[in-house]
Amino acid sequence: MELLAFGDTGWGDELFRATLMTVAVSITAMLIGFSFAAIFTPLKLSKFKFLNLIANIYTTVIRGVPELLVIYLFFFGGSGAIMFVASMFGYNDYIEINAFVTGSFAIGIISGAYSTEVFRGAIQSIDEGQFEAAKVLGFSKFKQFYKIVLPQMLRLAIPNLSNVWQITLKDTSLISVTGLVEIMRQSYIAAGSTRDPLFFYSFAAVLYLLLTFISMKLINKLEVKYSRGY
Amino acid sequence: MDFELMINSFPKLLNAAVVTLKLLSVSLIVGLFIGLLFAILRLNKNIFINKFAYGYSYVFRGTPLLVQIFIIYFGLGQIESLRSSFLWVILKEPYWCAIIAFALNTGAYTSEILRSAFQTIKPGIIEAGKSLGISNKIIFYKVQIPIAIRQSLPAYGNEIILMLKGTSLASTVTLMDLTGVAKYIISTTFKPIEVFIVAGGIYLFMTFIIHNVIKFLEKKYSY
Repeated sequence: MELLAFGDTGWGDELFRATLMTVAVSITAMLIGFSFAAIFTPLKLSKFKFLNLIANIYTTVIRGVPELLVIYLFFFGGSGAIMFVASMFGYNDYIEINAFVTGSFAIGIISGAYSTEVFRGAIQSIDEGQFEAAKVLGFSKFKQFYKIVLPQMLRLAIPNLSNVWQITLKDTSLISVTGLVEIMRQSYIAAGSTRDPLFFYSFAAVLYLLLTFISMKLINKLEVKYSRGY
Repeated sequence: MDFELMINSFPKLLNAAVVTLKLLSVSLIVGLFIGLLFAILRLNKNIFINKFAYGYSYVFRGTPLLVQIFIIYFGLGQIESLRSSFLWVILKEPYWCAIIAFALNTGAYTSEILRSAFQTIKPGIIEAGKSLGISNKIIFYKVQIPIAIRQSLPAYGNEIILMLKGTSLASTVTLMDLTGVAKYIISTTFKPIEVFIVAGGIYLFMTFIIHNVIKFLEKKYSY
């Protein structure tokens, strides 16, 4: 138990900070994923075959390729890509992007593919009559989306989004390979220096279980809130 | 774009894909048995057995696969009694550690898929069997299991694809599977995009095949 003490003698405070880091990366990745979903969901539902194709390539490739491979692509390719863009603007120095940004971007793109599918499904299951009624009442496209589609879509999407959240949370463990100090990486460091991998990895598992347990409780509350009136 | 590198790395990556497929098939077969066992335990009326099976699937579904592999590969070696037992022959090999972790992980998901499939079987079908005087055991093997397998095919197809992606974690315990070799080539040539296209293409091809096989089976066994 003294292994978990806070301060210099134990790993408690380090692991606590690492847990916060995992939460921070997960939330950032989830938000990046939402922005990707906000771009690709309309493309998926568009009438134009070409736009559908672009969105389908995104979701199919990301969901069919291992997360770890995507992370390696960003880890090794990320700064190269940024430097390429910067060189076009005449900036030729070496640019290193930090592990937090690469990690949340990589996980964000993955989580975005799942979110896109969830939003697409949710919008498609809204009754056709709702759109027609909005049109008849003279709602603008913008108002139709915010006042009619979005509230109904959220209710339908929340249970599936909670799955996406779980996947995202667990995927963040993979960015430990890039050196970002989150739960997995911190456990790896602690296990290495104390020669007690069994304890630290089991403790990491407990931390992840706690995170999933707490987030499920919170999401259930949201679910109740958004399904008022049904 | 370095096309030469893409062409040169293709055979190496293809060889590595064989390792990936081996890992996948062995862990799926073992995982299916674990899943079936725990699905049956979940349906048991004894509350302790029931809770035990629930706990198993909760823990393995609630923690990242990476943690599970690390506990088995790095953690179990620490237990002295395990090191001196015959199990050590298996547990010192990263290959078997990865397979144990994958099988336990997919077993947890499979048990959930099968459990919900068993629960969707209409009681009328079982009652019909009983009223025809068929024994419970035969009803289970000849009626419940075939229906459950058909019901769970779509979800199980997804699980196979998730597991295919999961096998990439074997590269973290020194195994040279498709992702492991891809990472090695990337880190020696610093050409991530080219290697990603080739390795990702091979993964996509495998998911494509799995997807279509499952679709075919669904059609074949639809009623």
